[in-house]
Amino acid sequence: MLKGTGRPAYSGIAIGRICLYKKEQQDLPASSGDAAAEQQKFDEAKERARAELTELYEKAVRDIGQQQAEIIDVQRLMLDDLDYLESVEALIKSGASAAQAAKESGDSFSAAFAAMDDEYMKARAVDVRDVSGRIVSILCGHKNTAADVEGILVAEDLTPSETVQMPKDRIQAFVTRQGSSNSHTAILARIMNIPSLVQTQIALDDSLDGRTMIVDGFEGVYYIDPDEATLAAMREKQHRAEERRSELEQFRGRPSVTKAGRRVQLFANIGKPEDVKQALAGDAEGIGLLRSEFLYLGRTDFPTEEELYQAYCSIVTGMGGRRVVIRTLDIGADKQVDYFGLEHEDNPALGYRGIRICLKQEEIFRPQMRAIYRAAACGPVSVMFPMIASVWEVRRVKEFCAGIQSELKAEGVPCGEVELGIMVETPAAAIESAALAKEVQFFSVGTNDLTQYTLAIDRQNARLDEFYDSHHPAVLSLLRLIAQNARRAGIWCGICGELGADSTLTEEFIRMGYDELSVSPGRILELRRKVCESEATIDEGI
Amino acid sequence: MKEFDYVITDELGLHARPAGQLVKAASACPCAVRLTANGQTVDAKRVMGVMRLAVKKGGTLTVTCEGEGEEAAAETLRAFLTANL
Repeated sequence: MLKGTGRPAYSGIAIGRICLYKKEQQDLPASSGDAAAEQQKFDEAKERARAELTELYEKAVRDIGQQQAEIIDVQRLMLDDLDYLESVEALIKSGASAAQAAKESGDSFSAAFAAMDDEYMKARAVDVRDVSGRIVSILCGHKNTAADVEGILVAEDLTPSETVQMPKDRIQAFVTRQGSSNSHTAILARIMNIPSLVQTQIALDDSLDGRTMIVDGFEGVYYIDPDEATLAAMREKQHRAEERRSELEQFRGRPSVTKAGRRVQLFANIGKPEDVKQALAGDAEGIGLLRSEFLYLGRTDFPTEEELYQAYCSIVTGMGGRRVVIRTLDIGADKQVDYFGLEHEDNPALGYRGIRICLKQEEIFRPQMRAIYRAAACGPVSVMFPMIASVWEVRRVKEFCAGIQSELKAEGVPCGEVELGIMVETPAAAIESAALAKEVQFFSVGTNDLTQYTLAIDRQNARLDEFYDSHHPAVLSLLRLIAQNARRAGIWCGICGELGADSTLTEEFIRMGYDELSVSPGRILELRRKVCESEATIDEGI
Repeated sequence: MKEFDYVITDELGLHARPAGQLVKAASACPCAVRLTANGQTVDAKRVMGVMRLAVKKGGTLTVTCEGEGEEAAAETLRAFLTANL
């Protein structure tokens, strides 16, 4: 038995036969001595490469999606890169054959990328080699073999076009000697959910072909010719991993109710309409936080009311009757949105942001609120306001909302009822939560900001890591206070920050009296299991 | 000549995919387009050069358009950068 290690690119266990993938050694044909003829050969090969890449691009769009497929599209551009073509032309003029010129130019460009100090760009050397290798192969008359592999694929490294061509249903794992977590192999492995290792020390010997191999993508370990004991242990581990997955699947579609009968709704946090698919796949009972910044970023002017309405409506409709909680615009000087014309601030976290902008600049707030009220005609919608610190702010916002609703009704524009709530994310709002609870219909605690403001610790500053404690007693006691005041006022309260997904606190949140947790879609089943298995009841003593 | 600066906000910087799209956008302009970053200047219509600039998040890219339709080209490229990078 041979044991080795690598960097895991995707977790899971694969047990199967090795398929050794080796690139063919190419004997480059010598020049015919006629530079014009060689140049013509190169040009023809280039056109064939373009046709192949076009076909491959279309396959990639179908298999792995438009965005990843564009990597192949970049290769098509490289074919027309003047720096590359000029280099080939010069080499041919100085007596090289078409194949030699293509290989040498490709190698030198690829070396330039490999020498860069940026890990991502280093990994791009493989794109350059891939595209020039394709031309060289065509000139040498070779055929591509990537389509005939199956089993556990062991290779030096894989180019993007090779990975795309491989038959996904027949590959159990990828194991490469090179590659990084940014490599195409790693990216593809994640998309395909295939356990994989990169940067292994495996010796690529012909005798490997067909031997039994185990890939442990949890630990980053592989075994070749495993003994019976290892094989049995790994089969057991594989089995357990599958069991865990299917156990969680049993919680799909079930209500999130504790053994004592207390319901805790599990909602999803999303940032754009496309995320609805993941929220539904994760079995979310609603959207607990729609970060509404998406429509404002990456453009040169404000979105119109109609654009906002269309986007909200598509999310509300997509959720099919489940509640959608929209957080109004939370933009400040830390986000790059030129057209807001925000002045530079030394301390944007404590600056002109969130509800403060909306209260001062109604022309920004109005289209968003109108769009939200209109979207409420498509299904249940709640809205919550970020960065609230005082009761008067909430009263002002409520007045504004009432105005919007009567304005829409007067215009005869279809609109619906919108539940009004606030984000509790400043220590001031937490401490004043008894007064605030009388003003609104729900609370949602933004634990990221609440923790940062309570502890006076900037999460972006890595030097503060040792001072940062997400379970700090001060934060937990504010959480307890918020829930208590919400219950007393008879409104619901939830948590939409990162802490909401911390399964070591789920029972504590139930005891505090939280009604809802909003987390990333992939965590919902896990938390539902936690809720369903919990015996916790609300701690009335607090 | 029309020139403007743009600060890259994409997490990955000017990486392969948007570099390709940027080259396509620049290639559609009739004028000459040059990109400067970290003291290096490259032709915006050549993808390998643009990728080799390796501008990271927070890095400044200077776009220079010169020749026929330079005004329109600068506007198009600014909009492209804002929307994608």
